[in-house]
Amino acid sequence: MRVELTEAVWLDERQQFSLAELADLSGMSEAELRQLIEYEALAPADPGASEVRFSADCLITARTACRLRNDFDLDAGGLALTLTLLNRIRDLEAELRALHAQLPHRHG
Amino acid sequence: MKYKDYYKVLGVERNASADDIRKAYRKLAHKYHPDVSKETGAKEKFQEVGEAYDTLKNPEKRAAYDQLGRYQPGQDFQPPPDWGRQFGDTHFSFDDLDLADLFAGLSGGRRAHARGGRFPIPGEDYEVAAQITLEQAAHGAELDINLSVPEYDEHGVPRRVPRTFKARIAKGASEGQRLRLPGKGGKGCNGGRDGDLYLNVKLLAHPRFRPSGHDLYIDLPLAPWEAVLGATVEVPTLDGAVRLKVPAGTRAGQQLRLARRGLPRPREGEGDLYAVVQIVLPAELNEHERALFKQLADGSKFNPRSHLEREVAHASRAH
Repeated sequence: MRVELTEAVWLDERQQFSLAELADLSGMSEAELRQLIEYEALAPADPGASEVRFSADCLITARTACRLRNDFDLDAGGLALTLTLLNRIRDLEAELRALHAQLPHRHG
Repeated sequence: MKYKDYYKVLGVERNASADDIRKAYRKLAHKYHPDVSKETGAKEKFQEVGEAYDTLKNPEKRAAYDQLGRYQPGQDFQPPPDWGRQFGDTHFSFDDLDLADLFAGLSGGRRAHARGGRFPIPGEDYEVAAQITLEQAAHGAELDINLSVPEYDEHGVPRRVPRTFKARIAKGASEGQRLRLPGKGGKGCNGGRDGDLYLNVKLLAHPRFRPSGHDLYIDLPLAPWEAVLGATVEVPTLDGAVRLKVPAGTRAGQQLRLARRGLPRPREGEGDLYAVVQIVLPAELNEHERALFKQLADGSKFNPRSHLEREVAHASRAH
């Protein structure tokens, strides 16, 4: 049987989404996404641009926001705070992983 | 079809009020939500809790669930005769169905929309961990993906279908990298787009290299005399061994950088490889080695604790 091969698309700064695309893919409404921008939990690629566009990795944040909204009934303020704390935890975990990687593991 | 005891999953009595059910769900959601929990198996547990709550929070679905009867969790069962007609459709085939799909298809869900046929409903998104080796991250990988997803017919009746395909991950992935496979999630209804599949890259532990972003770390054991006098040693990399010049006077814990020998980055360039120096003593010394160390000890004026001795002397004077 021939198995279909699909190319996985990187969610990083090489791809951008419009506000409408981000809303469609994440399950958040455009109004909710705008609120997250106001609370600085979501950052447009170019804050000064007339059309709001997002680096593709913002989709991860927006999808997390959607899950948290659905599962905990959080409002925009609660969502923004939770996302900010989750990002901080993620950064600290990355830092911990980096430090752990630098520690010698072999005890001779 | 296998029975699931939704009340037991939420830890509530069968006659629990809607408020009790909501509170029980909230408590468990805080504990197991995959975005906030670090507990082992949190994702699976939260899925179970969410599935139970989705059914029990809706009075109509809860009544339909109660009418199924009571069985042991995991026990094979068939809904009572007429159950399908009473709560939904007579076309159900219960054999290839999961209980969650059955209730997802009930009132207010896809079935109601599918009947109206006017509202496009996007397919569900799925998220899975993609475990790859460092070598796969460095050179790219083709992963076999096997999913079991619900599909809905024109009446909105669900059934489980297996989906198998290969996903190609280009070189350059690092821990936690997210990738998207557009249209590889659940099927959309009434012209709605198909859902997406998201991959969350997890790098498998490597016996030698420890990744940090696109940089790699490896332990480099040196004999004391190699560290003191300097040496040229072989260091393994992901693309084979290279020779590294260890400068004289290298200390334990020092990191020697091998530029661009780490993981490739997605666009261009590579991370670095860092060799973390360890000074390793021989497990046993022969007579000759012992004599040489003795000679060194007698002849050297080096005192590694001179700073401590100065502090002790200073403290004694102060008292």
